[in-house]
Amino acid sequence: MRLDIMRLGILRLGFLKTVLAKNETLVAAVIVAFCILAAVSDPLFLSATTLTDLMRASIVIGILAVAAMLVLVSGGIDVSFTAIAVFAMYSTTVLTLSVMPDMPWYFIFMISIFIGGCLGAVNGVFVVFCGLPTLIVTLGTLSVFRGFLLTFIGSQRISALPPEMREFSRMMIARGTTEAGSFYAIPWAFAALVIVVALTLFILHKTMLGRSIFAIGGSVESARRIGVNVRATQFFVYCYVGALAGLAGIIHGAMGRMADPFSLVGLELSVIAAVVLGGARLIGGYGTVTGTLLGVSLIVLVENSLIVIGIPSTWQSVTIGLLILLGTGLPAWQAKRAASKAA
Amino acid sequence: MASSDENAFIALKDITKKYGGVTALDNADFQIKTGEAICLAGENGSGKSTLIKILVGVEQPTSGHIFIDGKEYTHLNPRIVAANGIAVIFQDFSLFSNLTVAENIAFSSQLSGQARFYNRAKVRQIAKQALDRIDVDIDLDARVESIPVAHKQLVAICRGLASQARLIIMDEPTTALTEREVKSLLGIIRKLKDDGIAVVFVSHKLAEVLEVCEEVFVLRNGKNVANGPASDFDAASLTRHMTGRDISAAPPPVDINNAETLLEVQGLGKEGAFEDIDFTLKAGEVLGISGLLGSGRTSLAKALFGLVAADQGTISISGKNIPVGNPIAAMNAGVGYVPEDRLTEGLFLTQSIIRNVAVGRLDHHRKASGFLNLASLVDEAKTWIERLKIKAPDVEAMVNSLSGGNQQRVALARWLSGAPRVLVLNGPSVGVDVGSKADIHGIIHDLASSGIGIVVISDDLPELLATCGRILVMKEGRIDGIVEGGSLDETQLAARLAS
Repeated sequence: MRLDIMRLGILRLGFLKTVLAKNETLVAAVIVAFCILAAVSDPLFLSATTLTDLMRASIVIGILAVAAMLVLVSGGIDVSFTAIAVFAMYSTTVLTLSVMPDMPWYFIFMISIFIGGCLGAVNGVFVVFCGLPTLIVTLGTLSVFRGFLLTFIGSQRISALPPEMREFSRMMIARGTTEAGSFYAIPWAFAALVIVVALTLFILHKTMLGRSIFAIGGSVESARRIGVNVRATQFFVYCYVGALAGLAGIIHGAMGRMADPFSLVGLELSVIAAVVLGGARLIGGYGTVTGTLLGVSLIVLVENSLIVIGIPSTWQSVTIGLLILLGTGLPAWQAKRAASKAA
Repeated sequence: MASSDENAFIALKDITKKYGGVTALDNADFQIKTGEAICLAGENGSGKSTLIKILVGVEQPTSGHIFIDGKEYTHLNPRIVAANGIAVIFQDFSLFSNLTVAENIAFSSQLSGQARFYNRAKVRQIAKQALDRIDVDIDLDARVESIPVAHKQLVAICRGLASQARLIIMDEPTTALTEREVKSLLGIIRKLKDDGIAVVFVSHKLAEVLEVCEEVFVLRNGKNVANGPASDFDAASLTRHMTGRDISAAPPPVDINNAETLLEVQGLGKEGAFEDIDFTLKAGEVLGISGLLGSGRTSLAKALFGLVAADQGTISISGKNIPVGNPIAAMNAGVGYVPEDRLTEGLFLTQSIIRNVAVGRLDHHRKASGFLNLASLVDEAKTWIERLKIKAPDVEAMVNSLSGGNQQRVALARWLSGAPRVLVLNGPSVGVDVGSKADIHGIIHDLASSGIGIVVISDDLPELLATCGRILVMKEGRIDGIVEGGSLDETQLAARLAS
């Protein structure tokens, strides 16, 4: 009898583990399948050029996704980060051009990160100190930040960027020509994604602050009861997300060689889609950096290379939607079926 | 009342607490010695929760004295309380289901140690030590969401141990546990006491923890009504002190010899849960189903109402087969099911009593125009409040503002309003205090007298013996035997279940 119970317990544990790992393995499997299909239809797909193109395309969405993942883990949701990113990028550019056009690129970056952090703090004040629902707050600030930018700061595209920003976009870690004769290059901007990933991994897994974010996502009430400083932790999350958005924004501007106040906004759902594909749960408490990066890779792959396997690019959003339904729905469906079997 | 004791670890004296005009505590005394286990008993509203809130510093007393280690505090706050090694295990355990067992155990000690960085090896070591202290082996890396309830409680105890607790307060510790799990909990409590850790049980289901306790304090209406060595109390005297009245013994069973057969189950089986289940239920009969955890009793209960789809066999009501695995068909055939976990399965907690009672059969309250007849909704809810003696300010009261016993009655009212012919009650008095429990048993008896066939699924043996004419004993998914309700006592039935 007791053995039976234990065996049941072990089975169930093993099963849960596989389910938890499932999102990531599933996404990884889809990525591999996609690459095989692409390589079959176009042998040139497997080249340094494709890889570096995809790396380049995933910098901004990757940083934003890591930020969005952190909010989901803490039990909230943020949809305003694209507005923060574009606000920080555009106002930093305007400020730099009018005050000191020759400012070194790292100062420009710091200003943008600072502005992003401040806007994140606005979200933080509403969410933490007024206790409003995160989706409502960030939906509101999404509109407010964007409207404020277009009304008061400017609605003209600026293509004459500060020289240092242009300089930054030309800095390459590696560049060259493949045997087939096409160029490839890895920009230094990619290092920003690596740093963000490393920093976030460190915070989430090596500091009590990070563990508190997971704890709050698991249960706010329990966290409060055992003495986690819930307010400070949540406030940090929104500031950190804002700062990352500021960084993503300025990189987006520099790499695109244009400060476009109409860009980025609209991207937030793709970013959240990438995060959810990577296994983060909307109820909070669950999410990994690895999963998020896999989700980003898949979305970037679909957005950039769908045409290679012969699917018209107008089918992009359909494909992404199906992937989300499959990637998050399949594990959920399996869990439900197993639960009804076990009952 | 209680004489003050020099070596008491914690002593509360002459504590009075008033909320506006209501006196929640009236000169109550309470003391705890090192390494002692104490029962704090009382019905809902007796003031026991208020006393604990004062003890953990969440509420301040209106007047009275608080001593910890002989030092007087005019008031407490959660920080002082934690610094003195007082840990509370809430009924919901306050664990993080998304984190591992190790992290859950070590989290609060890491926080109070002002740690800034998270050291996995250290956390595992803290957790391992705490688990070793109570001699329990739980996978440190398992997520808490995947471990059974009994283990969650142990994890909560270990969390207290890891933060150097000297007193662990357990709020309703046995509610979610089966008999066997309660036994192993008691063993752990003995170990804690040997370690010099005091334990306070706050409960209204105390008979089962009595054997490990030294002292019993009983509160009623905010006053100490009885306290003394636990050996002076038994289940009956505790109940008497808590309720202030004698709870009548079980009502005599209804005569069912000539009644028609309502429910007939033949060869019912579901792979991995239960098999070869045959039984009949007559009108007016109360049939008990019991068994240890994993015996398949809960799955069977759900299968009767179609919440679990059986693979084989038939269920018929008055000779007519009803499709298995279809709750709506079961409902239409006159089966009602009151789930064990009424909080998540049975009630809409943030809705009014009216809405909860009416939700299953809004069609019956439809006017010819197609709109709802609100007057008849209110009438119906009022009738049930009266019939089931639900204590509520009015029919608009939200269900989560009611006590456990009254919530259970609302859940019953929901089903009774549909005039069921067969009622399946899964754990009818889980989380309900002693007085309400006796009332619920009375209600079960009345319903049976009115010709409803009732199935009671429970592991509360006195409850089964008090309400049921026959009891099916389940073991490993099969019916292991049928015992007559009056033919044996609690110990014999327990032995029958465990054999």
